[in-house]
Amino acid sequence: MRARFMIRLASVALVLAAFCAGARLAFATETPDPVADAKAFRDYFTKRFPKVKLEDFVNGPYSMNEDMHKQWEEKEQFPPYEFALEAGKEMFSKPFKNGKTYADCFADGGIGVRQNYPTFDEKEGKVITLELALNRCRQANGEAPYSYVKDEMASLTAYMAFTSRGKAMDIKIPDDPRAREAFQDGKRFFYTRRGQLNFSCATCHVQSPGERIRAEVLAPALGILNAMPIYRSEWSGMGTTSRRFTSCNSQVRSVPLEPQSDEYRNLEYYLSYVSNGLPISGPGARP
Amino acid sequence: MASTIRVRATSNGDITEVQALIQHPMDTGFVKDAKGEIIPPHFIQQLTFEHDGKPVFVADWGAAVSKDPYVKFSFKGGKKGDELKIGWIDNKGATDATSAKIQ
Amino acid sequence: MIGSKHPHALAVASMLLLASLSCAHAEGSEADFKTAYAAADAAEKEAGTLRNQWTTTESTLAAAKKAADAGNFDRAVALSKEAEALAKASIVQSTSEKDAWKALDIR
Repeated sequence: MRARFMIRLASVALVLAAFCAGARLAFATETPDPVADAKAFRDYFTKRFPKVKLEDFVNGPYSMNEDMHKQWEEKEQFPPYEFALEAGKEMFSKPFKNGKTYADCFADGGIGVRQNYPTFDEKEGKVITLELALNRCRQANGEAPYSYVKDEMASLTAYMAFTSRGKAMDIKIPDDPRAREAFQDGKRFFYTRRGQLNFSCATCHVQSPGERIRAEVLAPALGILNAMPIYRSEWSGMGTTSRRFTSCNSQVRSVPLEPQSDEYRNLEYYLSYVSNGLPISGPGARP
Repeated sequence: MASTIRVRATSNGDITEVQALIQHPMDTGFVKDAKGEIIPPHFIQQLTFEHDGKPVFVADWGAAVSKDPYVKFSFKGGKKGDELKIGWIDNKGATDATSAKIQ
Repeated sequence: MIGSKHPHALAVASMLLLASLSCAHAEGSEADFKTAYAAADAAEKEAGTLRNQWTTTESTLAAAKKAADAGNFDRAVALSKEAEALAKASIVQSTSEKDAWKALDIR
């Protein structure tokens, strides 16, 4: 029972400490400036890791640790995501019951387009991620949507990422206040502490990249989505961006939001935009 | 059905380096499914690589090897163009085999 | 440990501890449980509207219910009160983070 009291006290103390720390600083006004944000984001990481080439940031923990980099180079010769990639290629070319295919839903037949996602749909006024676009394609053609956190979506996005390998992330923010607000919303989510462990995404991926959390080496936030989807040894399988967002949240003891909820779509929009220019390296493999 | 064995063998002078990725669930028999029932053990028991009619690598596996196992090893005496035969048998008696040319 | 860096937090923590100790003597009956659980549940629902619930709040609520089902109302009340504290802490977190997030911003 004492342990629980202590945890309860620690939780409140942590929250109060964060509150006190925050109150001492002067706050900038909240007018979204994505261009300035992206530059500041990139500069922060390149200054902190001057020996890492800009395009190498997309390799996450492997760019942070030389021993891990050697292991990863070897692993890439015969990568564990091969099966999912092959399955994804098959799924992508298989027609729906009505005879149409995924190619009919995307520009360029869906080949080499991954780097453009997420996009901002000005008709709908919302961010559209690749996973969302794929399921909407299915539903528009009379097929049931896939779970955002299971194998099928992971295989499909693995194939689409593969066809874009090497292309630079190219996220656009149209001249629309709703798009800038979506970007800002994603940015806010990224820096907001959540869960009983009181971590924000930034706590690990901005404050502590290259350092360890338990046995894992943390990836820098710059380019962190460029390798998605990823085969994680921990999962013994392939996982989507949705799976990573929801599992990261539950790991800090925050009840995860629904996959592809507005918050996660906007988070993906923000994280992808500030990594513009870095190459798509997906599908990837991670510990 | 496509082979579960993906293999690449490269010759480097006297040494041949072999890498293989095998698709197999390698269920331990300790994991429960969503309904709470045990997923029965299902894993490769023996994996064999043969060159020139002789085994060059034999693995006796069990539940401790993870899903979709990856194997890498080297052996002497192979040369470019030679054939390498690979086969496995699991605890349910299922098998798969394939062959590859040393590059 | 916490006190050396955050004197304010220590003061509040001490007050909470005193409050908890005094509550520990209260006896649990089914009616007490129902009241305590309802309060915890309401706080957790509020955290839900803020889209900021904690997994530990959820599991503590579940444990409280399980204890009550087994007739152990003392424990059920204690767990409900703990769940309420966790839910309220998550609400404080959400509220303070509305501005505090800027402190972590790279710019």
